[in-house]
Amino acid sequence: MRVGVITFPGSLDDRDALRAVRLAGGEPVSLWHDDHDLQGVDALIIPGGFSYGDYLRCGAIAAHSPIMREVIDAANKGLPVLGICNGFQVLVEAHLLDGGLIRNDHGTFIRRDQKLRVENVDTAWTNTYELGQEITIPLKNGEGGFIADDETLKRLEGEGLVTFRYLDVNPNGSLNDIAGLRNARGNVVGLMPHPEHAVEAGFGPDADRMQSGTDGLAMFVSVLTDTVLSK
Amino acid sequence: MTEHVPDTVDNAIATPDKHQPYELLGLKADEYAQIREILGRRPTSGELAMYSVMWSEHCSYKSSKVHLRQFGQKVSEDMKKHLMVGMGENAGVVDIGEGWAVTFKIESHNHPSYIEPFQGAATGVGGIVRDIISMGARPVAVMDALRFGAIDHEDTHRVVNGVVSGISFYGNCLGLPNIGGETWFDSVYQANPLVNALAVGALRHEDLHLANAKGVGNLVVLFGARTGGDGIGGASILASDTFAEGGPTKRPAVQVGDPFAEKVLIECCLELFQGDCVEGIQDLGAAGISCATSELASNGDGGMHITLDNVLLRDPTLTAEEILMSESQERMMAIVRPEKLEAFLAVTTKWDVEASVLGEVTNTGRLIIEWQGETIVNVDPRTVAVDGPVYNRPMEYPSWIDALQADSAAKFARAQTGTELRDQFLALLGSPNEADTDWITNQYDYYVMGNTALHTPDGAGMIRIDEESGLGVALATDANGRYCQLDPYVGAQLALVESYRNVATSGATPMAVSDCLNFGSPENPEVMWQFARAVEGLADGCLELGIPVTGGNVSFYNQTGDVPIHPTPVVAVMGSIDNVARRLPSGWQDEGENIYLLGVTRDELDGSSWAGAVHNHLGGKPPVVDFPAEKALAGLLAAAAHEGIVTSAIDLGTGGLIKALTDGVLRFGVGARVWIDELQQRDGVDATAALFSETTARVIVSVDRTDDVRFRGLCEGRNVPVLRIGVTDTGSASLEVQGQFEVSVEQLAAVHRATLPAHFGPVVGG
Repeated sequence: MRVGVITFPGSLDDRDALRAVRLAGGEPVSLWHDDHDLQGVDALIIPGGFSYGDYLRCGAIAAHSPIMREVIDAANKGLPVLGICNGFQVLVEAHLLDGGLIRNDHGTFIRRDQKLRVENVDTAWTNTYELGQEITIPLKNGEGGFIADDETLKRLEGEGLVTFRYLDVNPNGSLNDIAGLRNARGNVVGLMPHPEHAVEAGFGPDADRMQSGTDGLAMFVSVLTDTVLSK
Repeated sequence: MTEHVPDTVDNAIATPDKHQPYELLGLKADEYAQIREILGRRPTSGELAMYSVMWSEHCSYKSSKVHLRQFGQKVSEDMKKHLMVGMGENAGVVDIGEGWAVTFKIESHNHPSYIEPFQGAATGVGGIVRDIISMGARPVAVMDALRFGAIDHEDTHRVVNGVVSGISFYGNCLGLPNIGGETWFDSVYQANPLVNALAVGALRHEDLHLANAKGVGNLVVLFGARTGGDGIGGASILASDTFAEGGPTKRPAVQVGDPFAEKVLIECCLELFQGDCVEGIQDLGAAGISCATSELASNGDGGMHITLDNVLLRDPTLTAEEILMSESQERMMAIVRPEKLEAFLAVTTKWDVEASVLGEVTNTGRLIIEWQGETIVNVDPRTVAVDGPVYNRPMEYPSWIDALQADSAAKFARAQTGTELRDQFLALLGSPNEADTDWITNQYDYYVMGNTALHTPDGAGMIRIDEESGLGVALATDANGRYCQLDPYVGAQLALVESYRNVATSGATPMAVSDCLNFGSPENPEVMWQFARAVEGLADGCLELGIPVTGGNVSFYNQTGDVPIHPTPVVAVMGSIDNVARRLPSGWQDEGENIYLLGVTRDELDGSSWAGAVHNHLGGKPPVVDFPAEKALAGLLAAAAHEGIVTSAIDLGTGGLIKALTDGVLRFGVGARVWIDELQQRDGVDATAALFSETTARVIVSVDRTDDVRFRGLCEGRNVPVLRIGVTDTGSASLEVQGQFEVSVEQLAAVHRATLPAHFGPVVGG
């Protein structure tokens, strides 16, 4: 299965996402922001970073990049798309997911090993997790505070679209501790924490052994064994 | 607005007596006279701008050169074995095997970081990263060594916040993991913080690039950000001038950084290297185009002819002199063969990086710069970049140093009870220089790139270089200004062995050194003596350890008014490890493992953290340096890591044994039971010395009981003194020093973590 990873100028975790796909058993494919060609990939990841420098709202410029026109089109037709951190911001700016992401309530960039609860496993990217599973993956951002108006928030909760929720510590002031979301169809998922940094023992967050955490790997495995969308 | 009329060479010849403001540009009268003699006429204003920045202390090393030569002279054949590029280039390059090389360097950005902490620190990171790219390497990690004023001083908050968010902003946006560093607070750095940034990069041997302009007719291309009015004269006016209290503000001379532009520049350069589009390359740092053109020409075929009108400007009103001096960030200069220009521009266009051809390489031995059709610079580039003034500054044995050394911490009564020891321990643990730095390091990304094998709070950072084989490098930075104040020769060596030991403790084998030498004014003979002694100590030490200095940086004029900082030579050691999977953790993870102390303990408390934190004292003589013991210890640790017979290793540095034990506990929250009576008996020291002494060449390791015999055999075979001093204890959730005191893990963590947040604000989730 071929999984694309888009590189924008300013993307930082694109190589990590490509590695994560490879470690999960998929075939990683690099995609370039300026292209209109998705190269026939079966799924797609928008990685973390500061696309185009993020001089406007994070992800706002990337949402209007040439390749995103194709991504929006494909996502609306059911292509599995995962947005990580800046990728989540891009998906929100592209209206593929609801809400918005603002500066952390404490005002500074934060990097920490973050505990999350998987709230929804009926998506292309979470179907190999257990419902309610607690996972730890790295979080690192300056603008990760999730916001939405009351009505939207009610709908997200009501329709069960919240996919990941912060546990123990809310690191950025996100409403309802929301760390990640899905769309109604379940093919598009976005989250602030970085699953691609918890895919290889020895290079992940501390778990039962030093840096042994691989709780993020299941996200990349899920899309390969996706049974949700083919239902 | 009056039109700026450029000063041409013809004009300079015609008006020999025109007054020139050389003093305002930082040049002394005799230096100005020397320039006139070199040129056989007065310099044009453009030439004066170039000479003034390139002859500044910051760029020319005019006061330090005569001493730094030792790093090239005190070198054995063995030390050259792995050295691909030594001192003098943008950064040294070391062969780490399997066709891989590593380049690393540490550099200061002190003065800008006091004036404008955020931009000063940010552009410090940017500058050192461009040095690494210039060698043809992909940057793979950064570190930083920071010195701030007293933690409770009203201005410290401003500087700390600015510096940390500047490093965080720039480093995080570049996508480079920040894997370690150090932070000290001391009032001697109050109006002169130190921001030393390290970058490390990896390259295949064949990708090595150098900063030279070879090949007559090859094109000189400037690319990256446009040239603007920032940082004009920064090199000479900022870095070479002492802060006078109450003096005029110098804010406009600090550069402004754009990490996005730099990130794109990194990727663009790597693609240019990959496509073989570049013959030589140089980053634009201090002194901007003046530096890049004169250095590239000096190191190549000797000549260059450029047209300054071709420089793409952010501000079209800039004068020729300002363009020559501008320190706008995120710019590079490449030497490109004419037939490769199209391919070169295809890559820069792909990355939306602007590029312009300024001129070409010549063999005339002259650097000629034209502006609006006239020649405004015509110099021998070597006189600008290489053969600047060299000073043999007067040195003087400090009048105060004998009295300082005589004032030993031995005068303080030692603790009589376990409770007293416990109180001293907790005071030390919460003291600003021993306290947890999560408040700072939680703002840095150490995950990006997915190759970080060790990071803060581990004693060394470690990065995997080759994903297939696991080949990696470890790095540590260290300096102890207190010890250097007591004795700069020994103090510099202590920084060296500490950094060396930190790398060894990770399981890697130390290979090379980069240093950032932060001192007061070289015009102060006592400071110059400190500098000379520190350099001598470092050079002698490197020879003893058999690892070369591959590069670095000197920062003088670190003082406020007449009071210099403590001499602070920050030493970065880089080591390699065959497979990062065999690295040694810096804490305990398992129940019932034996804890061993390697090395002997002497009563060495002068200048220690204990003396500072408990008695607010600095005096006496620093600990003795024992190079053979350090080498034996490093060899043992590498072997133990290779064979997998120790489960952790922790260096004993400031705070001594008790601090190392605390680090071992806090890393993974596993407690320990420790006894010190045997140690006291064997080494003839009291409990205070056993716990707090900062004797060198010591490490604690944990060993699984089934490996005990093999481990002891290893120590015996390598002649490293070893003593079992405790066991790990997952059940107890405390650190117990038997017969003395016991502190719960929870309390250790609370005391250790409270200090920085109390001054700077809460830690998320802390």
